[in-house]
Amino acid sequence: MSALPVTEADLQAWVDAALPAARRAEVEGWLASQPAEAERLGAYLEQKQALKSLFDPVLDEPLPEGLAALASPPPAAVVERPPKPLLERWSLQRIAAGVLIALVGGMAGWMTHDRYPSAESLAKSPLSLPRRAAVAHAVFSPDVRRPVEVSAENEDQLVAWLSKRLGTAVRPPKLGTLGFELIGGRLLPGNSGPVAQFMYQDATGQRLTLYVSTDNATNQDSAFRFAKEGQVNVFYWIDGKFGYALSAGIDKGKLAQIATAVYDQLDRK
Amino acid sequence: MDSRAILAEIPRLRRYARAMLGDRAAADDLVQDTLERAWSRLFQWRPGSDLRAWLFGIMHNLRVDQLRRPGLSTQSIGDDDLELPTRPTQTDALELRDIESALNHLPDEQREVLLLVALEEMSYADIATTLGIPVGTVMSRLSRGRERLRLIMNGDTANARLRVVR
Repeated sequence: MSALPVTEADLQAWVDAALPAARRAEVEGWLASQPAEAERLGAYLEQKQALKSLFDPVLDEPLPEGLAALASPPPAAVVERPPKPLLERWSLQRIAAGVLIALVGGMAGWMTHDRYPSAESLAKSPLSLPRRAAVAHAVFSPDVRRPVEVSAENEDQLVAWLSKRLGTAVRPPKLGTLGFELIGGRLLPGNSGPVAQFMYQDATGQRLTLYVSTDNATNQDSAFRFAKEGQVNVFYWIDGKFGYALSAGIDKGKLAQIATAVYDQLDRK
Repeated sequence: MDSRAILAEIPRLRRYARAMLGDRAAADDLVQDTLERAWSRLFQWRPGSDLRAWLFGIMHNLRVDQLRRPGLSTQSIGDDDLELPTRPTQTDALELRDIESALNHLPDEQREVLLLVALEEMSYADIATTLGIPVGTVMSRLSRGRERLRLIMNGDTANARLRVVR
């Protein structure tokens, strides 16, 4: 019988009972004549056993609450989306916006050669406003105890503070006629500077946030656009250096109505 | 992904993390981070594939990230650490603790393979997939890890020390 030479990998696999029966027999035949190797492998078997005895009790320890809770999905808003969304996850508006921007970017690129970023990166940048707004909404709106930094009771202070930090006058629109009352606001980091977030709530506890950034110096004005990030619907538009995004987990029609009211009020300021 | 399937894997993740890190709180933190990342990367999970291997892979990657992060103290394998105290008596409990301290003297990459084999009883191929390394590397780490552990347990620090160089 011409057995293959016994390798170190064979010996390790022997310890782990990972050899086919025939090979196992060959290795054991070889070990019978190699007492030093047999002893070494014996020590490895003991190690395995000792490690199991040492750590197996962890299996029976009661799970800490935090870990047991994580057997279920955390709130949906926190779940990341695939980096490259599938076609069906893109709303028509987003595709249209992307095509338009790609066209504009293409023309600009053709005219300016390599002085500006690629059409692809131009097409991506407007998506970052609704995404950032939706994430800020998802993070702060479920917060029961501290949804805002400064509450609406001190609206004057809130307005003065956010205006000062943003370096321009910002004022929360009044949405009482639509059933939403201001509960306050907070300051957040944006792409290149501070961003304000105003939060509203209706009688049922449904929350709505208006995200106001002032770092859109390079963007053209835009009409309303709609984006959906997980559970959060977002209407957003760009007005000069201001970028606005209205986010809530309410249906698109209702949100559009509120977005229109916000737009009208801001336009009249 | 089924919550019950995940729940069933948590004790195993904890056992492995405890063996890797030694410290209970740090180990549970790692398990928590692993589960959070798993839920946030759910789109990478292919239904029907091996849930355990996927979760262990996430934990491995998190740990690699942690170790790469500068400023985080990692276990040093100085020569002094390998001077093992001698005892007049040996009981089973002491032997267990002995292997625990010996285990801590292995480089992470060897300890990891050793524990996946010993505790998880994973196949070499599954370990290779989980850690993202070739099977040959799994075998050589296993072989070196076991041998070093044996030498340390025998108090043969001279030879164990010779092999400290990776």
